[in-house]
Amino acid sequence: MRYLLLIYGDETLWTDPTPEQMAAEMAAHQAFSDATTAEGILRGGEALQPTTTATTVRVRDGELMLTDGPFAETREQLGGFYLVECDTLDEAVAAARRIPEAAVGSVEVRPVMEFD
Amino acid sequence: MTGTAQATLARVAREGRGRAVAILSRRLGDIDRAEDALQDALAAAAERWPRDGVPANPEAWILATARNRAIDRIRRERTRTASERARARVTPDVEEALDDIDDHAPIPDERLGLIFACCHPALSPEARVPLTLRLVAGMEQPEVARALLLPEATVAQRLVRAKRKIRDAGIPIAEPSAERLPERLDAVLTVVYLIYTEGHTATGGDALRRDDVAGEALRLGGVLHALMPDEAEVAGLLALMTLHHARRAARTDDAGGLVLLADQDRSLWDRDAIAAGGDLVARALRMARPAGPYALQAAIAAVHAEAPSAAETDWAQIVLLYDALLRRRPSPVVALNRAVAVAEVAGPRAGLDAVEEIARGGALARYAPLHAARADLLRRLGDDAAARAAYAAAAALTTNPAERAFLAARA
Repeated sequence: MRYLLLIYGDETLWTDPTPEQMAAEMAAHQAFSDATTAEGILRGGEALQPTTTATTVRVRDGELMLTDGPFAETREQLGGFYLVECDTLDEAVAAARRIPEAAVGSVEVRPVMEFD
Repeated sequence: MTGTAQATLARVAREGRGRAVAILSRRLGDIDRAEDALQDALAAAAERWPRDGVPANPEAWILATARNRAIDRIRRERTRTASERARARVTPDVEEALDDIDDHAPIPDERLGLIFACCHPALSPEARVPLTLRLVAGMEQPEVARALLLPEATVAQRLVRAKRKIRDAGIPIAEPSAERLPERLDAVLTVVYLIYTEGHTATGGDALRRDDVAGEALRLGGVLHALMPDEAEVAGLLALMTLHHARRAARTDDAGGLVLLADQDRSLWDRDAIAAGGDLVARALRMARPAGPYALQAAIAAVHAEAPSAAETDWAQIVLLYDALLRRRPSPVVALNRAVAVAEVAGPRAGLDAVEEIARGGALARYAPLHAARADLLRRLGDDAAARAAYAAAAALTTNPAERAFLAARA
């Protein structure tokens, strides 16, 4: 099964990172993706620009409505994701717990709906 | 239906259910399909056994028939539309996986995997107890509802949702790997103990205790212990439940009213069960150092159970065990129990001081046993007015009617 690991955190902590913080974060994610690639479970993943760059699209009665930013005001924002292929939820959780943000924010594990 | 056939079928349907669902659902990857197949097989047995006689190995017959019915259903589903197939997630290996079930071989006990699935932390806590009672203990849905004092529709909804999540999120119907076992085992033990405590002191209904529910938890604990004989906390939990259960007959009077431990008629205690529980405690304490929370609580229960009279209880030993338990799992409830034991060793004043300190922490402000303990210590110190007020506070906070009646009578 494929699982999307959605990484949530407080993005205000990252508005002005020091070069050291940035380097440490990059290294931690590099280590995660190297390890999961070696295990053969990584299928993809991206970091996202902050929610200040987001645009929300809705179509109501055929009319396009655009709004600035994400839909919900929450303390934790979606900051990136990995896509992994695992046999069970336990294996997906084992991958998710190794994502650096799991220790400070949260990681949502969602199975991908598969169609024939 | 003839009496024997009916009786055998009822027994297999109940006792063999957990084993059959475990075997079928692991292979089918879907608990609903496993239950449907089992239902088909039970219906076939109800029709054939009275006519053709009960087969030599009834459980194996049911399982093999269920396997055949599952394969029939899967073949039928293959002929449906692509989108229906996608939803049903039929894979060719399912048939292969079912091939190793035959009606002569002894039936393996794969319930452990099913228990871990039912108690998976990714399921909502309120779903885990009904799921375990239904799938592992083999209780019918209305029985589960009665046991948990919940409307049947609520139980049905929780079961449906939980089974769907197990299937769609890929919750494994298997024992966790050795490195994940400790964190996962805790969730399993919690569910079994929750079932037990519901039977020990019912949160609703008219009775103080419900022995059927407690008995179900004991059976589940026995299954866990048989399947994991080397896990100290499994032995500890089984010991704890066995020792509490051994005293059940003395816990209520003829009118169903509550009888305190000190006032219980110890000749009503089940001595064989106490001996068995004591052996289990000793084994649990030998298996792990430091001892785990269940083994320590069982050890405390053993000290109580083995005392010839309330006056001869080894309270000093109990205080030491509570000290160890507090180190292992600090909680205000454990601290409260320790305070009660301290009162027996060092007198009611020392006990009350300890209780007041816990009360100042504030976490147990709405916890009836804190007010009851306070009330009892105040009474022993001769402060009757304060004691009555504390009994009234305790009575107002308990949800069990037998407990409430007991406390209100003292207020």
